[in-house]
Formats: sequence, structure tokens, C-alpha cells
Amino acid sequence: MTTLNSRVPEGPIKDKWTTYKDKINLVNPANKRNIDIIVVGTGLAGGSAAATLAELGYNVKAFAYQDSPRRAHSIAAQGGINASKNYMGDGDSNYRLFYDTVKGGDYRSREANVHRLAEVSGNIIDQCVAQGVPFARDYGGLLDNRSFGGVLVSRTFYAKGQTGQQLLLGAYSAMNRQIARGKIEMFNRHEMLDVVKIDGKARGIIARNLVTGELERHSAHAVVIATGGYGNVYFLSTNAMGSNVTASWKIHKRGAFFANPCFTQIHPTCIPRSGDYQSKLTLMSESLRNDGRIWVPAKLEDAKAIQEGKLKPTAIPEEDRDYYLERRYPAFGNLVPRDVASRAAKERCDAGYGVNATGEAVYLDFAAAIHRYGSEQAKIHGIKNPSEEKIIELGEGIIEAKYGNLFQMYEKIVDENPYKTPMMIYPATHYTMGGVWVDYNLMTTVPGLYCIGEANFSDHGANRLGASALMQGLADGYFVLPYTIGDYLADDIRTGKISTDSPEFDEVEKSVKDQLEFFVNNEGTHSVDYYHKKLGLIMWNKVGMSRNEKGLKEAIKEIQEIREDFWKNVKVPGSLNELNPELEKAGRVADFLELGELFAKDALDREESCGGHFREEHVTEDGEAKRDDKNYAYVAAWEYTGKPSEAILHKEQLEFKDIELKTRSYK
Amino acid sequence: MDLTLKIWRQKGPQDKGQMVEYKVTDISEHMSFLEMMDVLNESLVAKNEVPIAFDHDCREGICGMCSLHINGEPHGPDRGITTCQLHMRTFKDGDTIYIEPFRAKAFPVIKDLVVDRTAFERIQQAGGYISVNTSGNTQDANAIPISKHNADLSMDAAACIGCGACVASCKNSSAMLFVSAKVSQYALLPQGKIEAKDRVKNMVAQMDLEGFGNCTNTGACEVECPKSISLENIARMNREYLKASI
Repeated sequence: MTTLNSRVPEGPIKDKWTTYKDKINLVNPANKRNIDIIVVGTGLAGGSAAATLAELGYNVKAFAYQDSPRRAHSIAAQGGINASKNYMGDGDSNYRLFYDTVKGGDYRSREANVHRLAEVSGNIIDQCVAQGVPFARDYGGLLDNRSFGGVLVSRTFYAKGQTGQQLLLGAYSAMNRQIARGKIEMFNRHEMLDVVKIDGKARGIIARNLVTGELERHSAHAVVIATGGYGNVYFLSTNAMGSNVTASWKIHKRGAFFANPCFTQIHPTCIPRSGDYQSKLTLMSESLRNDGRIWVPAKLEDAKAIQEGKLKPTAIPEEDRDYYLERRYPAFGNLVPRDVASRAAKERCDAGYGVNATGEAVYLDFAAAIHRYGSEQAKIHGIKNPSEEKIIELGEGIIEAKYGNLFQMYEKIVDENPYKTPMMIYPATHYTMGGVWVDYNLMTTVPGLYCIGEANFSDHGANRLGASALMQGLADGYFVLPYTIGDYLADDIRTGKISTDSPEFDEVEKSVKDQLEFFVNNEGTHSVDYYHKKLGLIMWNKVGMSRNEKGLKEAIKEIQEIREDFWKNVKVPGSLNELNPELEKAGRVADFLELGELFAKDALDREESCGGHFREEHVTEDGEAKRDDKNYAYVAAWEYTGKPSEAILHKEQLEFKDIELKTRSYK
Repeated sequence: MDLTLKIWRQKGPQDKGQMVEYKVTDISEHMSFLEMMDVLNESLVAKNEVPIAFDHDCREGICGMCSLHINGEPHGPDRGITTCQLHMRTFKDGDTIYIEPFRAKAFPVIKDLVVDRTAFERIQQAGGYISVNTSGNTQDANAIPISKHNADLSMDAAACIGCGACVASCKNSSAMLFVSAKVSQYALLPQGKIEAKDRVKNMVAQMDLEGFGNCTNTGACEVECPKSISLENIARMNREYLKASI
């Protein structure tokens, strides 16, 4: 039986990573040329890993389901990337970044991993600048920073509202350099459908060429999964349409433990949904909370009038507005962490104070910031006694320079001008902290099988802080995995090429083929989306922002029923040997239908509230999340045994030697 | 609203392809264009017909995956957005909408509205990078100050999403706006100057090899670009190219 060993090195936390690197096994450059590595997914984690491994001399095969690595969904990250550079001189340090991340994650992450993340964070910025990433700068030519939720310093580097895009293009350019040299073989429009194990070790994958429909066998000495999170289990999320859990789920079914699936981030600032046809939700960057104030009407009758379209928000006087985050959390105000902000919005909307026709929205108001910036600009430009119009004009200019692309995006979707009337926002599924369990080396419970970036569970505990996802993806890919993977591969220098002509490859390819054939031959009655939407609704209502025992038990039963119906009645038109998006979706939804159940089971099992996981049975008197460190300070790592309902729980006890466990307070 | 759609259907690269008419009803003005396509596809699946293949992924205007030539314009009639950000309120009840793939010799059709844009990949591989190893052992990020003006211009060029609308809008199917955006991003930064000459020569050579046409300064690319990439980048690339050639 597999047991959990986190392989965290001994020694003081500050020295662990350095000492470990000094002693780790290395593969000499000549031998690296004889070793193949498969990287699945080309976002920040996969792209940076592929480029770095190829630079080191390994032969890399990289896979993306899009038509280019540059299109992976890391590209949509808006606000920024954290690093403890302390360029602002506001007291930042590696320790403080480490502390903020562990606290922000509600003490459910592994200390050693998080400290390593903080240690390499500065290097990421150096690296990206050297690659030509055009970060925002101030007039002196040095890099600019801004602040994000859950911290008291400004450590977020950014490139307008398109930081993820610029970082991904940086990693992509590093990949291109290696593709040109022939060290990376790139497989665009390919989807990994299963992993192949030989003698217990990961030795290859089965991938489908999405253009021709052909199944392909690819072998390697190690396989790296970097396929992102599983937020699309909710159907509606801020993920890309194609984002899926398939690679993570398939490796789970072949022996990789899946950790903390119930830790999901519901992001507070997304554009509210507008109708049943909705295909995805759009995020409005958390950076907006630097300048926007969140409120709902203080009077129930005003909220009603707004919902009925009889009252405009700008007509509500200041004293009749409830700036509920500033009221409840005076120390952090509008910049509380995401889980806290989301729950507070839900609380107000559930109480009937929500705006929008659905009653499921709150205001994010820039009027005060526009006024503040406008007055400042008037002073700078020496305008005496500026008119109100002039102040607003100047202020809007500053807001446009900071958030122009976000405001434009909002206006295109909602058809309202956010400079003139407050934005409407509501929480939506955004990121998954849970994922495949990995040890300190980022290796899963299957030897030779690694998992990096959002796809693994490691660094964010029960809640991720803003601008930390980009940091973790690049840290894993550029600076952690390329070291740790050598320790494993050092034993493989005499193995030689792995043949794909083996019973193991035969068997996995057959199981993949059988499933694909089932789909196109089933001739059922309902489309794939029909099932995906049904699943999403259950997940949102019963396993969403707020969970309870009764709801979770119902959810498990309902998901099982939908799954059964799916395997009887799903309809997939078209054939196997062509570009067939419905067939692609069918496989992904089949895996979501299993993951969804494990997700609910994990949420049911965790009898505490922490971070993004809020159990109604476990709250403090003033309605805040109540953690149970005595019984639940562990990582729940689930082993697959045939059915999600029969998964076996393994616990990795979390030790907090360098940070005192205490109640997270942002008041 | 009720709409008539005339959509390009093509089974595969070898198929001749043709426009096929579809009707959609009860379309909400708040839907995005691709959500309208989803509604149509769901109805086709219900009728056991093969749905229309089109590229899309992030649906928030940044991945560059979605394309579509709508009523003769890449990404449709609205400005500064991609097809996934186009909303149905731009159209009127009873409208007929023509939907075709991006058309260019270098972008062959794979199926229906999906085209092969890997020519762009090869152009980037020819030099769209700075040759620095990813070891992280570079100098401190603030070691070289960069003027805000140049950093901002570089960012404006780097905003290109590689969708190919510039090529699709150009009567010559030229990729100059795309290539110049990448060349400009690096040319404006001190880190990019070291390889500037080789970069521009190699990328332009690859662009020509892929069968993109020449630029005749019509400017349609700038108008249709969802990220409003400026024509000034083409002028900058031409200067860079000239410098590199003499």
C-alpha cells in the first residue's frame, strides 16, 4: 500500500531548500541527452518547466489542447505576481511573504513548500525582466508595485491588467527558443487521455491528436502534469471553456492521490450572471479593490427598488449605503482575502440587500477614488479651485490608466459605463487550491509522475492570496521541478529509450479507445452540456460558498444519479477520426462527474470551516469561519479504489514549527 | 431576437466547403456571440446533426483562440474586441449574419470555422525571444532602469494576442502587424537590443516563407485588431529591418 511521505528535508526552515539543493542527485549533461520528459499543459507552470528542462539538456515533449502553448489559461490572469523584493521599502521580506501565504491559506498548507516559494519569488521577477516581460514602471524607470488582498505591503508586480499574458508570453518565448533548437517537441491540439505505468513508474501517456482523432503513444522517463485546476466542475467559472480535470483525474485513477478537493476559491469580484445561456463568468481583477469600495444599500426598501429597476445606485445618499467590508473588517477593509470578501457578499445578498434584477450582486464603486485622484491631479497641474467636472475628468483619466482594459471589458459585457455608475459584481468559482497530492519534490504518489502549478495541492492551503498563482506556477516550473526531477532521473541514466510497444501501452490505449468508441456509438438523448450544467448547478448550490451536511449528502447522491444517467443517455454526434469538440467535452465531463462526488465527500468529511471551505455547522458567534486545528490540521489525500464513494482517506499531518497557529483575523 | 445565419461548413481540409443557412430564435441581446453559437450547436445536437466547429477558449478576449469573419470583418462589427466579447446587442432582430473562417493562404481551414495558425508559431520560433537561460541567475530586476515611455510602448506592442485578425483583414494577407508587434516589444527594451538584428531578419524571413503577403499600408489590420496594436509598430519594424540590413 502507498503511504504518504512528504520528504520535507530536515533543518531550520530558512536553510531547508538551500541545503537540500546542495545534496540532491544531479544528472550530468551528457546523460540528460538520453532522458525524455513529457510535460502536459503549457501554462505558466508547464511552459516554464518545459523550457527549463530543455535548456538543461533533457528531451522534452510538450502537449497542449489549444493550437499554441501561448493560449493556456494562465494568459487570463490579470492583476499581478507577488515577490518579496521589498522595492517599496515597506517592510517586506521572504518571511513576511511566507507568513502571509500560510495565514492567508488558513493554516492548511505545507510550511516548507511555502517558504521555498517565498525564497524563489524574487528570482522570478529578475528572470522575467531578463526575458523582456514589460512590467509596469514608474517615471524613474524602476519597477512599480501594487497591493493585493490579505497583506499589508505592496509586493505585486504587474503589466497593466494583463500580467498573466505577459508572463506566459515570457515562458512561451523561452519555449520557442527550445522548440527552434529541437529540444522541445511541441504537440499542439493534442489532449492527454491517460498515463501509462510500467513496473509502477510513470513511463508515458496516451494522447489524442484532436485534429485527426488518432490516438498516439508517447514514452518518457518521467511525466509532468501541469494542466491547471478543476473549477469547471461548476460549469460556470472564470476558467477557460476547455479547462478540465482529465489529466489530473486519470492519474488519480492510476494511483496518484488527490488532495483537498473541497478547497476551492470563489473569487469575490466577477461579473454577475445574466441568463441560462451563460457559458462562463468573467473576472474583474482583485486589483480593483485597491480603489473600489464595495457596498449594498443599507435599507431593504432601497435594495428592493434597485432590484425592480426603480432606483439608480447613484441616487442613494452616502448615509444609506452599507460599506459592509469596511464596517466588518476595519483593518483590511475592502482588501480582505478572497474567501472572506466572497462570503460577506453572499451574506448580504442572502439577507435581501443584493442589487441587480437577480438580487445576486453588490456594488464596486470608484466614485471616491475618482474624486481623490482628480483632486490630486488638479494640485499637480496647479489648477486652483477646480470645478467638480474637472476633478472627475482628471480622476477618470487616472482610473483609466490603471484599469482601462478591465473597465472596457465590463462595459462590453454589461453595457453600462463603470466610470459613471458603480460596477456590479458577484462571487464566482475561480481557482482550486486542492489538486494532486505531491511531496516536497513535487512528485505524486506514483514514482516518476510529477504535478506542478494549480494542478497540485501544495502551497495555498485552504485559500489562495491574490497574485500568488502566477508566482507558484513559475516557481514550480522555473526553479523547483528542474532541480528536484534530477534527483529521480539520476537513477534512470542507464535505462535507455522506453519502448511504446509493450502490453502496458496496449492496455491503456485500449481503455482509452473503448471509452471514445462508447461515446460516439451511444446515440443517447442528451447533449454533454446538459449533464455538465446539471452537475454545475448541484455543485454551486450544495458544494459552493457555503456547505452543510444535509446538502453535501444530497449532492453526493444526485451526482451519482446524474453520472449513471450520463453513461446511459449521453449523445455525442460526429465520429472518432476528425476534429470533434463534442467528443472532447464528453470525456472531460465524464471525469468531472467523478471528481464532483469526491469533492463533496471531502467537504463532508472536513468538519470545520477554513479558507474557501465554509461549513455552516462550524461558525463563530459573529459568523466567521471556525477552524478546528486539533482534529483537522491535515491534508486529506484520497486514494482511488474503483469508485469515488469508496476512496480511502490518507492524512498528512501539517506541522507548524515556524508560524503560530492562530485564528485568522482581518478586523 | 430572431436571426438568419449563413455559416461556412467544411468537413475537412480537402473538402470544398459551402455556406449553409440556419435560423436561430429567441436570442437575448445580452448573449455573447459565441453563446449564440452554443445555442445553435445545442439545437443541432438535438437534431442529431454535427455541430459547427469553431475555435474558442478563454471567452474573455485574451487567449486569442477565437476567430471568425463576421459580416466581412474579423471579430465582427464592434471595435477593440474579440469575437467572444462581441455581444448580440450589436445586431437587430431579423438580421442575416454571415460567418466565415479567417481566410488566408497561410491559414488553411481544418474544419468549418477552425483554421490552422501554426505559421505564427514558426515565426516566433525563428527569433521571437531573448536568448537568456531560465536559471534565474540574472541580474536584479531593477539593475537596468527602463524609461516608462519605452516600457509602456513595449507593453502596448506585447498586448498582441496572436489571433490573426490582422492577416484576415488584409487584402494581401500580410502578417506585418503581428510580426512587428513582437519585434517592437523587444526592440524597445534594453534586454532585446542585443539580438535585435538577427531577430528582425529571421522573423521576417520566416514570415515570407510561410506565404504571407506584403504590406501595402492599407491599415485595415490596425482597425480590426482586437488589441488596437498600432501601425507604428510596422514602421518601427521596417526601421529595424533596414538597420539590420546595412
